[in-house]
Amino acid sequence: MSALVINNLYKTYRNGFEALKGISLTVEQGDFFALLGPNGAGKSTAISIIASLVNKSAGEVSVYGHDLDREKEQAKCLIGLVPQEFNFNMWEPVVEILVNQAGYYGIPRKEAFRRAEETLKRLDLWDKRHTQARWLSGGMKRRLMIARALVHRPRLLILDEPTAGVDIEIRRSMWRFMREINRHGTTIILTTHYLEEAERLCRNIAIIDHGRIVEQTGMSRLLSRLNTEVFVLNLKSSITDPPTLPGYQVSLVDAETLEVEVLREQSMNGLFDLLSQQGIEVISMRNKQNRLEQMFIDLVDRSKRQGAAT
Amino acid sequence: MTSWGIYRVAFQTIVTKEVLRFMRIWMQTILPPAITTTLYFIIFGKLIGERIGEMDGYRYIDFIVPGLILMSVIQNSYANVVSSFFGTKLQHYIEELLIAPVPNWVVLGGYVVGGVTRGTLVGIVVTVIALFFTDLRVNSYGLTLLVFILTSILFALAGFINAVYAKSFDDISIVPTFVLTPLTYLGGVFYSIQLLPNFWQQVSLANPVLYMVNTFRFGILGVSDIDVRIALVIILGFITILTAYSLRLLSRGVGIKD
Repeated sequence: MSALVINNLYKTYRNGFEALKGISLTVEQGDFFALLGPNGAGKSTAISIIASLVNKSAGEVSVYGHDLDREKEQAKCLIGLVPQEFNFNMWEPVVEILVNQAGYYGIPRKEAFRRAEETLKRLDLWDKRHTQARWLSGGMKRRLMIARALVHRPRLLILDEPTAGVDIEIRRSMWRFMREINRHGTTIILTTHYLEEAERLCRNIAIIDHGRIVEQTGMSRLLSRLNTEVFVLNLKSSITDPPTLPGYQVSLVDAETLEVEVLREQSMNGLFDLLSQQGIEVISMRNKQNRLEQMFIDLVDRSKRQGAAT
Repeated sequence: MTSWGIYRVAFQTIVTKEVLRFMRIWMQTILPPAITTTLYFIIFGKLIGERIGEMDGYRYIDFIVPGLILMSVIQNSYANVVSSFFGTKLQHYIEELLIAPVPNWVVLGGYVVGGVTRGTLVGIVVTVIALFFTDLRVNSYGLTLLVFILTSILFALAGFINAVYAKSFDDISIVPTFVLTPLTYLGGVFYSIQLLPNFWQQVSLANPVLYMVNTFRFGILGVSDIDVRIALVIILGFITILTAYSLRLLSRGVGIKD
């Protein structure tokens, strides 16, 4: 069964702005799904409609087979949302925020406290349980939003830029946590501007732009469509001129750094053979640009050109 | 869990949250009406009241007690819901409720009961203070309690509607200052409308607070300027209209959804 099916979803705001122009999307059970797009593309509107925070203009949404119009309560029970902006009562203690949220899902107070304890411990917030939310750091507030979204144990978790503004250490611990809950069966939909994050975590992807889905496919399939990749090579010894490597485009960034453009059909072994023949030793290498970022820019540019043509 | 089980727990959660909220800030919610009413009793009841003499056959201080109790109930039921629900909108934690499987009538019911609880608590505090100044005897406990609760419900609903439309803190203070306070002061709290010229008596009859104050006074003292049965119909009518209107606002998402 699909965790989420969106069919022909439209949203036109009162001021006439068309945020969604008929998007259709399927997310399979157990997936870790990236929903990407530039600012204002319609990601947050789509998420808000799924979470019942915004009324749709037309279309259908179903969660684990429960239609959001006809079986609203069943569908809602299955969704957990971590929104982009902090949206909890800043004057309420952390534990009460979780207990109240559990209560709205019909979980009795005693059981709600037990679940709040379990969830806060998992997210390293148990020590802060009596602290008012406004006194938490930015990273803790983000984790509190995740804890609140999980307290009723949803089967579909929607994360709208969950790591925005948090430092790399917390971001990595949040990645570990997200992977873990996904491994235990929770379907996750992630929107993020950190494309490295989406590439590392997600198996499937949809790219939305100007209210339309411009791509929906598997992450590896999408990345395999990259025609070229640019690698940055750090050299052991200095060189003065860029080496001539037949078939590869090479440029010298500085005396100890080379940039090499590699086509999809070319192999890295061939490149290293040529470098070895010229006595150049490579001590490390990296992608110049994140691969998904490169693909994302290509797709959004193409969508813009098509939009301009029509 | 059945849907009704979810609704029951969700309702209890909203009410508990509301009660904890106003109890946490009791210095701002419970204490001020107690001090204000004590001053009313001292100034209007004792100092000025003794020079006024009797009204409708009762000592002036005895006459104003029901009105003062009900005035505090009205103001606090209203204030609780308007400030709390506006706060949930302003900080966006209304989204906690919108995303959850909580029907609109449970949301409305929870906030209204929260307002009624604060109104009742303040009403009890004011009644206890009144006992220091008067020998309070109740004519009809049933009617007194009924009007007390119905009035509290009505103004909690009015506070809810105000909060739904409010876009700023000014919007939640305009109605209490320019509508609620004049209606309460002109609603027969401090005088019998029999004292007014005929024209102003007729104008006063358009004031819904007059019906509540007089019915409550009838419950305690046994005297009223108006027919208590008509008053009850009017109060129930207002509650019905405001409930339907509040539910309509919630279902359309006015002020809370795009």
